[in-house]
Amino acid sequence: MAAQSADDLPEEVQSWIGQERYTEKTEFPIEMGYVLTTLSATQNGNPLYWDEKVAEELTDGPITLPTMVSVWFRPHDWSPGRTEPAVPLQLHFDLKDRLGLPEAVMSDNTIVFGEPIRPGDELTTTQILYSVSPLKKTRVGRGRFWDFGVRIVNQRGELCAEERYTGFGYNRDPEADADREGTK
Amino acid sequence: MTTNLLLGDVKEGAELPILEKEVKPVTVVLGAMASRDWRPQHHDYKFATENNGLQDIFMNTPNLAAWFERYLTDWTGPKGRLGRIKFRMKDSIYPGDTMRFAGKVTGIEKAAPGVGWVDVSIELTAGEKDCVACEARIAVPETPEANPWKLRGDDWKP
Repeated sequence: MAAQSADDLPEEVQSWIGQERYTEKTEFPIEMGYVLTTLSATQNGNPLYWDEKVAEELTDGPITLPTMVSVWFRPHDWSPGRTEPAVPLQLHFDLKDRLGLPEAVMSDNTIVFGEPIRPGDELTTTQILYSVSPLKKTRVGRGRFWDFGVRIVNQRGELCAEERYTGFGYNRDPEADADREGTK
Repeated sequence: MTTNLLLGDVKEGAELPILEKEVKPVTVVLGAMASRDWRPQHHDYKFATENNGLQDIFMNTPNLAAWFERYLTDWTGPKGRLGRIKFRMKDSIYPGDTMRFAGKVTGIEKAAPGVGWVDVSIELTAGEKDCVACEARIAVPETPEANPWKLRGDDWKP
């Protein structure tokens, strides 16, 4: 259930609530290179990912780590012809921009996993905004919380995962900064 | 030969083995690159300290999710299939910190024939810092023959 949104939002932002936005395909077919790098980064020896026989027995062939789902729809840092840097979770950045809240942090993240993602899969993601809170003051500054999600399906239309995020966009509070830096 | 946790071996309130890992700059940078997170606060010390006002580069969220998965499947073995994970970031983890994962079983429930859900609460701390709270639901087999990875459609409802 989406939280109730503020009633003082710009009309454009209000119109985004409940609408599917930024439906896009992954920029490259899923591959195991990033999986092995993630296993290395986390010193994860799970034989499901290292041993082909185990993968064949348990999952009918290789799969990727479920928690890597967001990895596959992060854009390249650079690609030919792009004039603006691409950002993941564009909706989050749109909210920062339209609400005039230049700083942001993610506080909560929930992922529900479905069909395993396999090498060669091509995924499609859709972003959806559920709610934006009234202005609130926190220890980092004054801003708004927003709740949005990402739905990920594979090339057969099977649901692979649903992600849900809570972000807080804010303007820095000079007094809080001074407190943290010990200059006050 | 790999070992898999069976549902009958799990008791509500049981504690998972502690995992401790020292964080080095490469832990942060490798994790960020593995998760295709190119944002400078995860590899650029000057940006993190001067622009963001932080003490150093810090671990990114997607990589921490992978650490939680590793912690859980170290315990369950490869048949452990993650169904759901929720985490709340409370403090940052920097090079020089030692991550400490401490998990506890908070619930056990039937999932499908031969498979059960285990709910686990995990606290990730670093010294005195309470960094991340995580709630996870993972499917484990009831018998050596059962396999949560084979569940599809209506049988898989995490």
